[in-house]
Amino acid sequence: MTKQPPETLSGAQIVVRLLERQGVRTLAGIPGGAILPIYDALSKSALIHHVLARHEQGGGFLAQGMARATGLPAVCMASSGPGATNLLTAIADAKLDSIPLVAITGQVPRPMIGTDAFQEVDTYGLSIPITKHNFLVNSADDLLSVIPRAFRIAASGRPGPVLVDIPKDVQNQLIEVDEWPEPGCADAVPAPAASLTARAAAMINEAARPILYLGGGVVHSGAAPLALTLAEKASLPTVMTLMALGAMPVDHALSLGMLGMHGARCTNLALDECDLLIAVGARFDDRATGKVAGFCPQARIIHIDIDPSELDKIKTAHVGIAGDVSTVLQRLLPAIDASPRQDWLARVASLKEAQPLRMPGVDDPRTPYGLIRAVASCLDDEATITTDVGQHQMWVAQAYPLRRPRQWLTSGGLGTMGFGVPAAIGAALAEPQRTVVCFTGDGSILMNIQELVTAAEEGVNVKIVLMNNSSLGLVFQQQTLFYGERIYASKFKGMPDFIRVAEGFGVAALDLDQESEPLAALARALSTPGPMLIHASIAMHEQVLPMVPPGAANKEMIGG
Amino acid sequence: MNSLTRTENQALARTVLELEVNNHAGVMSHVVGLFSRRAYNVEAILVMPVGSGETSRIWLLVNEDERLDQMVKQVEKLEDVLSVRRHGAEHEVFIRLEEFFR
Repeated sequence: MTKQPPETLSGAQIVVRLLERQGVRTLAGIPGGAILPIYDALSKSALIHHVLARHEQGGGFLAQGMARATGLPAVCMASSGPGATNLLTAIADAKLDSIPLVAITGQVPRPMIGTDAFQEVDTYGLSIPITKHNFLVNSADDLLSVIPRAFRIAASGRPGPVLVDIPKDVQNQLIEVDEWPEPGCADAVPAPAASLTARAAAMINEAARPILYLGGGVVHSGAAPLALTLAEKASLPTVMTLMALGAMPVDHALSLGMLGMHGARCTNLALDECDLLIAVGARFDDRATGKVAGFCPQARIIHIDIDPSELDKIKTAHVGIAGDVSTVLQRLLPAIDASPRQDWLARVASLKEAQPLRMPGVDDPRTPYGLIRAVASCLDDEATITTDVGQHQMWVAQAYPLRRPRQWLTSGGLGTMGFGVPAAIGAALAEPQRTVVCFTGDGSILMNIQELVTAAEEGVNVKIVLMNNSSLGLVFQQQTLFYGERIYASKFKGMPDFIRVAEGFGVAALDLDQESEPLAALARALSTPGPMLIHASIAMHEQVLPMVPPGAANKEMIGG
Repeated sequence: MNSLTRTENQALARTVLELEVNNHAGVMSHVVGLFSRRAYNVEAILVMPVGSGETSRIWLLVNEDERLDQMVKQVEKLEDVLSVRRHGAEHEVFIRLEEFFR
């Protein structure tokens, strides 16, 4: 606690002061009746820039974009009732991808709670299963402990979203404050037992065909350089989950890229042959493992994760180590023998050569892979890439040369269409020096299209690459492959004129379809500061391949 | 629980969980929500404040199944749960309560 001369402040002023003390400089939200006292206090803050989203879900994803780009907890705000319910999807998304988020919602005054008051909803009850923790604040005094705690919980251990619901009368309550709490920051994580790291090191040293399996926890922990060192020292072929892309440069000799449902054949086949799987900050998600019984059937498993409940949840580990993956890898590295592992690397190289990721049309910018590679050719590793959800997301995950942790922001666990545009705006606000590219589809962009006006208002350097196949492509693909080509409710009959839509929102737009030299037009667009929508039609029949059919083992891939 | 006879009840493998929790509104929802979202029935619940009332003790009677280890780990993760202990079905807490359910 820091002693200060006593001041009489409202709950709302205390919230704003605590956010300032916490280091929050940008937050996103939408005001409404039950949070107006906080907005009134916010209007007097010289430190905090409030970004006005146009839908609370957009505000939530904007904050997520900031949190994912920086690793620090970010803040979103909404009013009671529909404001809070609109925020829920963005909160659930943060929970599944372990993103530190602090959501602050207004609530009706305490005497009216439980009366079905105007815009009253049980925000506390609704948010229990989708938050790491949540609070319904009972007094202005409680805010002094709750707000720093919210940040501490969001950032500690496995990060996640925390919701703070503040009744309007608590926001207006005046109290005298003469001591301020320290800002909430992440708790230290206990180091793992030396005996466990020693056993893990021995298993790695003895393995003939090991594979390193990196998950999003490697990015959260800042452990990517350590993971790379481990891979290089022990000659470990390395796979990454969707969340971990960028942890190891995808064109590194040891990288096998993304595993799982849309991984390359060589990647899933190498996993099928491995005798040791070293899972680091990964949770054996079903899109990564396919049918669990058929995942790495010959392998012993080392599982390192900060969340003890992830150990043995899906696959029983031979050695399970609960701990911060950076700390564990640091302890592990000195005990690892440098090993060339020539036979295994030669086997993996021959798999890569025989069954690589096939990218038809990669030299033609009017195809999905070609467009993605063309965009990449105009940018360097400093660019940040966000996506929406669907075919375009998987194509980008497969084909974009991601080389930097936190370069890649995507909705993995919840798979939320509508994530990409607001997350890109948030990323651009957090790191204005970067170009932020959002790959999206004609289905996804419509789910948070209103945030284009936020992008225009903030003047963010966000380039939205809209891959338009006039359909819900992944649904279309699954109906084609698994539902007897009975295409239903996945082909759009009406199609907005996205160029005019973007321009109507105040965002410049480029239609690549109309350009005789698309590469040159793309390069110009990507190097022009400010928000821009780049529209590119792609063929409806294009599929994301290979594909593991739902419920099948990863080695049973279709196509590719 | 009432639909099962006493003998049937005894045939099922049961576990008694003892949780120390912070005593404030909502803690119970956090705990039982973890069970209900998995359609994991809680057979019996007992809660009372402990000592000065800052903390409470929650007793849960649950069927043992392969998800129980994961359930305990999830409960341990809750911010307001201070500790979790596992007991066998022979623990007396619910047995002695039975006289109130006759």
